[in-house]
Order: sequence, then C-alpha cells, then structure tokens
Amino acid sequence: MGELRLMKGNEAIAEAAIRAGCDAYFGYPITPQSEIIEYLAAEETHKRTGMVLLQAESEIAAINMVYGAASTGKKVMTSSSSPGISLKQEGISYIAGAELPCLIVNVVRGGPGLGTIQPSQADYFQATKGGGHGDYRLIVLAPASVQEMSDFVKLAFDLAFKYRNPAMILSDGMIGQMMEKVELFDPVPRNTEFDQSWVITGKTADRERNIITSLHLESASMEKHNQELQKKYIQMQEQEVRIEKIQCEDAEFLFVAYGSSARICQKAVDLARAEGIKTGLLRPQTLFPFPTKEIEKMAGQVKGILTVELSMGQMVEDVRLAVNGKIKVEFYGRAGGMIPTPEEVLKAMKQKIIGG
Amino acid sequence: MNEEIIIAGFGGQGVLSMGKILAYSGMMQNMEVSWMPSYGPEMRGGTANVTVILSDSRISSPILNVYDTAIILNQQSLDKFEEKVKPGGLLLYDTNGITRHPKRTDIKIYQVEAAAEAAKMATTKTFNMIVLGGYLKLKPIIDFEDIKNGLKKSLPKRHHHLIPLNIDALERGMKIVKALNN
Repeated sequence: MGELRLMKGNEAIAEAAIRAGCDAYFGYPITPQSEIIEYLAAEETHKRTGMVLLQAESEIAAINMVYGAASTGKKVMTSSSSPGISLKQEGISYIAGAELPCLIVNVVRGGPGLGTIQPSQADYFQATKGGGHGDYRLIVLAPASVQEMSDFVKLAFDLAFKYRNPAMILSDGMIGQMMEKVELFDPVPRNTEFDQSWVITGKTADRERNIITSLHLESASMEKHNQELQKKYIQMQEQEVRIEKIQCEDAEFLFVAYGSSARICQKAVDLARAEGIKTGLLRPQTLFPFPTKEIEKMAGQVKGILTVELSMGQMVEDVRLAVNGKIKVEFYGRAGGMIPTPEEVLKAMKQKIIGG
Repeated sequence: MNEEIIIAGFGGQGVLSMGKILAYSGMMQNMEVSWMPSYGPEMRGGTANVTVILSDSRISSPILNVYDTAIILNQQSLDKFEEKVKPGGLLLYDTNGITRHPKRTDIKIYQVEAAAEAAKMATTKTFNMIVLGGYLKLKPIIDFEDIKNGLKKSLPKRHHHLIPLNIDALERGMKIVKALNN
C-alpha cells in the first residue's frame, strides 16, 4: 500500500506531479489553484527530483514555455483556473497542432470573464470542444476525489505521451480545496520508453532534422495533418473511455455527472434509494473521449436521465447526443459558484424525470 | 459509522484547524474522511465554516445540507445552522456573544464555555481545542490517543511543544461541556 496522507486536491496534484517524474512546471498563480505552485515551491522540487519550477510572468508565457519544453520530449505541465486557461488557449492549440505531450490542469471557477473564485464546471465546452482554434481535441480527465487528483496526473502523462497530445485535468474549486485521504503512488522514474525519434534535442549526423511546428501552409498538407489528428482522436474514443457506475445494476432513473457534481449526485442516489426510488449514477472520468456508448447502453435500461452540472448545461448536450432521443434527458445545474445540495438534486430528479 | 459535522464561527477562531485535527484523527483510525472548507468571499468578513465527514464507508458528497452535529461558535452561525441539524442530532455551542439561544426541542443541545475557559489558560488560542474536547466527550468516536496523533500530524513541528497545552485544553473541554436540555 502506498503512503497515506490527508491532502487538499491541489496539493495532491502537485505531489503526484513530482512522483510522476514531471520535469518542469511553468505557471502563474490564480485562485482557487495557487496551492499547486505553492506546494511545489515548498517541496523544493529542484532538490527533490531536479524538477524545474518556474513562475512565469503571465499565463501566456507559461504555456509557451510548456510548448518549448515539451518539444524536447520532457514531461511538463502547467496549471491555472478558468480566466488563466482562456489566456493559454492559443498555446494549447499550437501544442495540439504540433502533437506534443503535456499536462494542463484547470481548477475551474465561475465565469464568464473574471467571474468568481467559487467552484464551477462551466469550462466543459472549452475543455472538450476545442477552446483554441482549429480541429483538435484534448484528452480531458475529470477527477471526483482527491485520490483521483493524484492518480489522474500519472494517467494524464501516460496518455499524453501515448498519443503525443496535450491532456487536461478538469477539476474545480471544490475538489481542489477539499481535503481527503489519499494513497500516493510510489515515485516513478520519468518514462523514457516512448518513441523519442521526434524530439528536438540537437541534430546528430545520423538523422534528418526534426521539426516541431503547427504551421502547414499547403492546403493538402494541412488537410493530411488534420486527418492524422482525427485518427488519433478516434483511437482515443475506442480505447480510452473511462467511467464509474454507482448503483446502476437495477437503476430505473440515472444521474449523469462528473467531478464534484458526481459526488453530490452519489449522495442523492443514497437518499433516493432510502425512499425506495431506484436511481443510479454514471460518472464519466474521461470527458474526452466521452462515454457515448456507455450512456447509449444505459438509455436501453433506465426510464430517464438527469444530467447535473455546476453550469447552465454543457455536458447535457453530449448526453443527449448519446441517448439520441430514446428516453428523456433533462438538466439541473447551479452556476456562479452556487453548489446544489443532494436534496436539491433529488428534488430535480423527481420533478423533471420521475414525475415529468 | 457515518458522522457528518459542520463547524462554524468567525475566521480566526480555529474553525478550519479544529476540523483538520478531527479529519487527521479519523484517518489514524482508518476511517474515510473529508474536510471541505468554505473559501473565498464567504470567509472574508462573514462566517468561516468547514464540513467534516468521518465514515466507515466511501464518502459521497463533501458538501451537505443537513448534519449529525453542528459545532457553533458565533451568533450568525447559530442562526444559520440550528435548523440544519438532523432530528435527534447534536448541537454544541459556546455561549460567548450569543443572545438568541437555540430553541429546537428535537435535537440534543450542549454548551461549552470555551471562551471563558480559554481566558484562564496561558493562551486563548486553546479555544478551539476546548470546544473539540467538549465534542469528543459527547461523541467519543475517536480514541484520545488518535487525537494526540492527529495533533502531531496537523501541527507543524515548530508548534509541537504546544501539544501538552492542547491536550490540557481538550481535557478541560471534556469537563466543562454541559447539557442545555434533555
């Protein structure tokens, strides 16, 4: 068994990054995720593992440092919260275009604009549908516990290197700020098993030049690149979907929720079952690739689905696409940092799905 | 066992650290624990509160609407959380500064004069530990040894010399806690 600690979600991300063999963190502080850079600084990563920790002059500088460092095949990351992630979007699009692995953490707060520092899930569209320009996808992982904040760092790096694609951990202020028991994984040496033929670490006489770029001026070449990217995304959809099902075996009504909303729905499932209402929860752990097939399957079993988010309704669109009109799909959400109680969520299930 | 607790008061009363010690101590006993603070604007100028859940099984929502126990340290928090205690649940409060006392008859209500007791000690910073002692007397869900270990874990090393003082405070809290009704 790994070492047990009581940690904040943000601290767990930082500790996991060190243990996962992260080579460098570039970032700029913003609430509610500043504990990540604070923890890394307190740990003196340069002494512990040699990991570089740099507070950049801005979010834009930080993401471009990630772009540069990732080009050399290093394991690198950045983290921010919603407005900061918006600033990073140009860089993220370039990194996706240049097919570089890296980890981006978004501890989401309420928006739009500067918004609020309270928890929110209103960056779902931005994370899963692009955010920056062009036809690209991020691998998007949605932790629902401090344990997963730690575990998904390792997973995100593994997937990022497997696909040479940026991976994002989409968390929020609730999971970031809460403390839970976490079992830390044993430190791993940086994975050097991956194909390094593409990295730019200085040309040697025995090979051609490697070029890292997202610029393809010829249309035919640009289209070909887009098609290659799509192949990768399809492979992710076939192989990398991860979900957790809670009390789904005999469920008649289903909650679909991720991250902190899923925790609230999990309690609502217990409350409903205490009243004799058979509800279950399907929790996507990957938001891209989205568990379309798994939700479609559940639509053959349950009578209705309530999607619960800390937003005005974003993931619900993907749930509806998956269900494709087979059964009723409704939405319940709070925004701006307001968090629904389990009782409130159950009431919405009764009004919109069971009684509706 | 599943104990859902809200601890609420002013910022600076040690609300968050009291919750942290409970959570650490629960972890020492192999319980599942969660510690969810209010952060941000609510904390600045208003009440500080933290939800602590100790459980034998996996914890679902870290944010709740009703609680088994409310530990209340100011009037605002009492006004807000008295109605949020589950029927049959426990409300523990310090009477210092309280003018509107709890009225419910379907819950167990206890008082701990922690502010007054802390004034008799070397430092009034022991306030939160006196309250915690009162709670642990009423709900001995954690071994005293594990509380000591929890203290060691949650306090930075430079404060470890204060552990005996904190233990004294816990014991005082256990002695002075008293029932308001029942």
